[in-house]
Amino acid sequence: MNPLVEAISEMREDDAVRIANEMLDQGTSALDILDHCREAMAMVGKRYEAGQYFVPELILAGEMLRRISDIVKPRLAEGVAVKKLGKIVIGTVQGDIHDIGKNIVTFMLDVNGFDVKDLGVDVPVQKFVEAVKEFRPQVVGLSGFLTLAYDPMKNTIQALKDAGLREGVKVMIGGGQVDEQIREYANADAFGKDAMAAVALARSWTT
Amino acid sequence: MTRENWKQLCAAERFEAHFKAFMSPEGVQFATPAAERAYQDRVQMLKDVVQLKKPKRVPVCPIIGFYPFAYAGVTPEEAMYDYDKLGLALKKFHADFVPDSLAIAPVYGSGKVFDILGYKLYRWPGRGVPPTAPYQCVEAEYMHADEYDEFINDPSGYFTRFYLPRVFAALEGWQMLAPVTDVLELPFFGPYIVPIGIPKVQESFQKLLEAGRAAMEWIQAASAVDAATLTTLGLPSVFGGFTKAPFDTLGDTLRGTHGIMLDKFRQPQKLLAAMEKLVPIGIDLGVRSAGPQHPVVFMPLHKGADGFMSDDDFKTFYWPTLKAVILGLIEQGNVPYLFVEGSYNHRLDVIADSGIPRGTTIWMFDQTDMKEVKKKFGSWACFGGNVPVSMLKAGKPQQVKDYVKRVIDDCAQDGGFILANGAVLDDAEPANLHAMIDTGKEYGVYR
Repeated sequence: MNPLVEAISEMREDDAVRIANEMLDQGTSALDILDHCREAMAMVGKRYEAGQYFVPELILAGEMLRRISDIVKPRLAEGVAVKKLGKIVIGTVQGDIHDIGKNIVTFMLDVNGFDVKDLGVDVPVQKFVEAVKEFRPQVVGLSGFLTLAYDPMKNTIQALKDAGLREGVKVMIGGGQVDEQIREYANADAFGKDAMAAVALARSWTT
Repeated sequence: MTRENWKQLCAAERFEAHFKAFMSPEGVQFATPAAERAYQDRVQMLKDVVQLKKPKRVPVCPIIGFYPFAYAGVTPEEAMYDYDKLGLALKKFHADFVPDSLAIAPVYGSGKVFDILGYKLYRWPGRGVPPTAPYQCVEAEYMHADEYDEFINDPSGYFTRFYLPRVFAALEGWQMLAPVTDVLELPFFGPYIVPIGIPKVQESFQKLLEAGRAAMEWIQAASAVDAATLTTLGLPSVFGGFTKAPFDTLGDTLRGTHGIMLDKFRQPQKLLAAMEKLVPIGIDLGVRSAGPQHPVVFMPLHKGADGFMSDDDFKTFYWPTLKAVILGLIEQGNVPYLFVEGSYNHRLDVIADSGIPRGTTIWMFDQTDMKEVKKKFGSWACFGGNVPVSMLKAGKPQQVKDYVKRVIDDCAQDGGFILANGAVLDDAEPANLHAMIDTGKEYGVYR
C-alpha cells in the first residue's frame, strides 16, 4: 500500500504530513497526493461503516486532509477541474444552530466527489429555496438536532414544493432524533443515521 | 436537620437521611392534605424504584425541555425574560398533564442575567436564535489545545482568569486578576490588589454585581413557580443537583467536540490528567447542588454515546472518571441520575459495573435497546426512558399507547422502572403526551 494512504488510514497524523511533504519534494504532483488522500478516505469510510472507526477517526482524517490540502493546494495547476458526481445543498434548519454532524456529512460528501454548497446553520426556509433555484442541486440535505427542527424540515420541503422545485431534487434529512417517523412527517425522501449513510444516499440518487 | 454526625454515617445511612428530608421538606406548606399525600406517594415511588422495589405504580417522569411553553402559547424568549409568563405556562402544563414529577423553572435561565454578563457560550431565543427556539450551545475551543497544563495545575484559577473571560464578555477584565494564592504577606499584597483598581477590572465586578441582583430577582420568581406546583399538585422534582462526567465537562463547553476528539489522539495523557482533576470537583458540585433536601443528582451523558468513540476508548477515556464521580456521589448518600443521551447499545456491558452498588443509581435511556437494558441492568440499577420524541411529535395516541404498554411489559415487571420520553421534549402533540402519561399511570399499576 502507498505509505501516505497507509499513514492516513491508520490515523498516523505526523507520519501522514511528513510523507506528504516528502512526496511533494520528490516531485509527486499535488493532484496525485490528493488522489491518495481520497483513497485513504474511502478506506476510513469503509472502516467507519464496519464499526472499526468512529466519529473521532473521521474528525482526525478531516484534519489530516485539511493540513495536507493546505500544503499541496498552492502547487495545484490552474484550471484543473476535479470531476464532480453531483451537486448537493445542505444546511441546518431554521432555529437550530447544531452543526457538528452536518459538517462531517459535508466533509464526507465533498471528499467522495460531490459539489457541496453548505448554507450553515439556522437557515431560513426561503434561503434553502433560493439556493436550490440558483445552485440546481440533485440532492438537498436538511440537518436538525432539536425536536423543534421537525417542523422547519417539513416547512422547507413544503416550500420547495410550492416553488415547483420538489420534483427536481431528492431530499435527505438527518440528526439525533430523526427517524422514519419524521421522514414521513416531513415528506423527505430518506433519512440517514450518519455521514456514510448520507454518502450512500447521495450516490444512489446521482448515478 | 442536623448534619453534625454526617462524617460518622455510612453511605446507606446518608441515603436514608436524604430521602427523609426529601419526603418531609422543611418549610413547605402543602395547600391541601391531598397534595401532601400525593407528594409523599410520589417520593416513595421514586425511593422504591431506586432501591429496585415494586412501587405502587410505575412513576411517570417525562424529561421536559421547552414544550410547556409551546403548549401554553408562550415563546421560549418569553420563558426566559417574562417571569409571569414562565409561571403561567408551567402552571398550565402541570395542571393539564399531571406527571409524577416537576419540570423545574430555574433550568430555563434568566435572559436578563445573560444579557448583563454578555454570555457568548450560548445563543438563546431573541439573542442569536429566533424567539421560538430554545437556548443552544455555541461549540468552539474556548479552552485552547495548549492550555492543559494551566488547567491541570489550577482548575479554579484557570476558570477565573482564562475560561470565564472568554465566555462572558463582561468578565474579560478578569484576565488581569492575579491568582488568590498570591495573597501571602503584607509587603507583597500590592500585586494582588492593584489590578482590581484597573477600570476594566472594576467594570467586570460591577457587571457581576448587577447580574447578581438580577439573579436574585429571577430565582425568587422561579422558585415560587416550582413551590406553587409542589404545594398544590404534590409534584416533586425528580432531581435536586447537577454534575457531569469529566470527559463531557472538558468536551462539551471547554475544548469542544472537535477539540477533545483530536486531544484523544494528540495528547491523551494530558486529557486523562485533566479528567482526574475533575473527579473531586465533579463530586463536590453534585453534592452541593443537591443540598440536604434532595438526594438525586442529574448527570447528562453526551460524548461517550455509541459512535462517538470506540469501545476501548470508552473504557479508557470516558468510563473510569465517570464511575469515580458516581461512586463519590453514592458515598455521600446521593443518587446519580444518568441521562444517557443517544444510544448505549455498545456500552451496556461496561456500565453495568459490579463496582457500583446495587440499587443506588438511576439510568434513563434514549435510543438504547430496552430489552437488553433489562437483561443487563434489571437486577442491579433503576432504569427507564426510551419513548421516542419523534413519536410524541409525529405519531398517533394509539401508537404511543401501544409503545408504552410494550416497554412496561418488557421492562417494568420487577419494579425499578421509570417511564419517560427518550430525549428532551421541546415539541409534541398534546394528545400524544397525554397518551404517554395516562397509559403509564393506568397500565403501570402493580397488582
